[in-house]
Amino acid sequence: MSHGIELENVTRVVEGVTHLADINLKLEPGAFHILLGRTGAGKTSLLRLMAGLDKPGRGTLRADGADVTRVDVRRRDVAMVYQQFVNYPSLTVYENIASPLRLAGRLRGQELDRRVRETAAALRLEPYLQRLPAELSGGQQQRTAMARALAKDASLLLLDEPLANLDYKLREELRTEIRQLFRDRPAVVVYATTEPTEALLLGGKTSVLHEGRLLQTGPTLEVYQSPATERVGQIFSDPQMNLWDAELSPEGGARLSPEVAVPLSGHLRGLAPGRYRLGVRAHHLRLSPGGPGDVRIPAHVEVEEVSGSETLVHAAHAGLALTAQVEGVHRHPYGAPVELFAPPSRMFVFSPEGRLVAAPPFSPEAPAHGQD
Amino acid sequence: MARIELRGIAHAYVPAPASEQDYALRPLELVWEDGGAYALLGPSGCGKTTLLNIISGLLKPSRGQVLFDGVDVTAAPPQRRNIAQVFQFPVIYDTMSVSENLAFPLRNRGLGAAETRARVEEVAELLELTPDLRRRASGLSADMRQRISLGRGLVRRDVAAILLDEPLTVIDPHVKWLLRRKLKQVHEQLKMTLVYVTHDQVEALTLADRVVVMNQGRVVQVGTPQELFERPADTFVGYFIGSPGMNLLPCTVEDGAVVVEGQRLPLDAGVCARAREAGGEPRLGIRPEFLRRVPEGTPASVRVEVTQVEDLGRHKLATARLGTQALKVRLPEEERLSPGEACWLELPPRWTTLYAGGRAIP
Repeated sequence: MSHGIELENVTRVVEGVTHLADINLKLEPGAFHILLGRTGAGKTSLLRLMAGLDKPGRGTLRADGADVTRVDVRRRDVAMVYQQFVNYPSLTVYENIASPLRLAGRLRGQELDRRVRETAAALRLEPYLQRLPAELSGGQQQRTAMARALAKDASLLLLDEPLANLDYKLREELRTEIRQLFRDRPAVVVYATTEPTEALLLGGKTSVLHEGRLLQTGPTLEVYQSPATERVGQIFSDPQMNLWDAELSPEGGARLSPEVAVPLSGHLRGLAPGRYRLGVRAHHLRLSPGGPGDVRIPAHVEVEEVSGSETLVHAAHAGLALTAQVEGVHRHPYGAPVELFAPPSRMFVFSPEGRLVAAPPFSPEAPAHGQD
Repeated sequence: MARIELRGIAHAYVPAPASEQDYALRPLELVWEDGGAYALLGPSGCGKTTLLNIISGLLKPSRGQVLFDGVDVTAAPPQRRNIAQVFQFPVIYDTMSVSENLAFPLRNRGLGAAETRARVEEVAELLELTPDLRRRASGLSADMRQRISLGRGLVRRDVAAILLDEPLTVIDPHVKWLLRRKLKQVHEQLKMTLVYVTHDQVEALTLADRVVVMNQGRVVQVGTPQELFERPADTFVGYFIGSPGMNLLPCTVEDGAVVVEGQRLPLDAGVCARAREAGGEPRLGIRPEFLRRVPEGTPASVRVEVTQVEDLGRHKLATARLGTQALKVRLPEEERLSPGEACWLELPPRWTTLYAGGRAIP
């Protein structure tokens, strides 16, 4: 018998619109699973299906080996946290956490009290146990909703963009907490998000969804470093990955424009001649050469965004759009000439159809300053 | 476009404010220069929307004056202030076409057909809405609707300022970049006075020339993104700006040095003297981005033990223990460091700030 949740060829069509198409996915207990995708990608549809709130039109859903495709949500061992924090407005924080436990009837008296207080402590809610949800900040309300889900100790815990409606700083703090709370839990935890940074911060495994299809699944960092398709690269980059058309020939390299060609060294060596798409993440484009092999791209600045610690330079070269995320503060007026440098060792190569052909080597070569 | 001046503005939502706590907005003086791009940044409940509503005229302040180009408008309603507003949820008419939506604020003011058309086309071009001018507004994507909303604000030439209240909250991250960039380009071309309210530091810093940081009803610092990042005037700004925020280490101040967890770091003697004079709890501030791994014995360095290293793809984030304190350190992606390892971190003096009672010591 296999443990965890298994989806087999799951498809769901609502009024002629495909919400999920042929999803195959295995979710083991004890690992943190991230569903990464843009709004409308099918993340919520997939979570609702796992919860038993919706039924698939086709396909099978298994929990610990047993077919639960048609089992009602009330008979499943599942807890869910939504983007909109849902609490009982007339119950105190304590009662909000306790109510699902009372309903399940598995815990009572001192044991129940202990579970409520332990969970509240983990989420730093102890001082607010006697307050009503309306008397709490947004972050505290969402923590209450999470505490209720956690206290239940369900074998399947689903979180649907739980931080999306919170302040930036609160999000940052709760992200760290979430990771610690779910570490080493025996449950299957699934966390849906639109944000690449959030996926990287939470780690675990990531499944990338787009237009109802599962594009790639793997350890989060592996998917980030080796996106199977151009689409995955785009969804898993913030700001978006630079993507350029290139014409490749053994003697000319990968040509981006009449002026600029990328030499075929390292992982780019040995590629068959033809048309490709080259991808470079914004933080790998620089304003000064990082190494002797860097490709120089003359361009004109379109707009700059300074964030204090870094600058986003948006520029154009011969019809190519370039975005560089560079350290420090840089200021160029609109239209000013600028030179951008792209390291070939950091380039992704995709086929014209968007399939990954070559990715930068996994662990970067030893740093130039050669410590350790 | 106008220069907006707030003189001694304060606001309380309770009818007879007795104590300071009753004020949602504590007394403040602020000038918004003509053509400037400003962000109003702070956590929920800091008073930023209250301040915005005072500028727009939706709210009459309990105290103080609002001046537009030197004229007192404190008692004037929003429609008499010539303000364009963009809200979190786009306000557009679903039954009209994109073009009719854009033209609406002009028609309302009786502008001629030819000039209306010219203005609509110009704004549509700016916001890349030209191919969609004839489409019905219903069923358009969220970012398109927000662009139309923005276009309705930009279409009038006579507006004193454009006020935006969290306009990108409902937009997907990948489109956010595009819209923000568009807004920035439009500002560079039209140079309208722009006030942008947000709780998102990335939005505030990338969009604005100057950022007004608020906390608990007070303006804690007004500065360029660079100033806020490099020289936070207040520990709140240090914490709130940056991800993660500034490390703020409790310390003791001596003559020409501070002592953190038993480790001594040299510091300008004048700063130390002023910190002691100012009183209040001293803290040494340094951003995770400015800490550098160095060989043992480097001046201005401390010995730490690494407890956690997170790989965030483009860089690594380490947590290190300095005595009982935890330090966040941002490391380049090729840096190799493992939990349990001890190493030395430099706190470059030009990037450290000493705080006393929460305020930076100059």
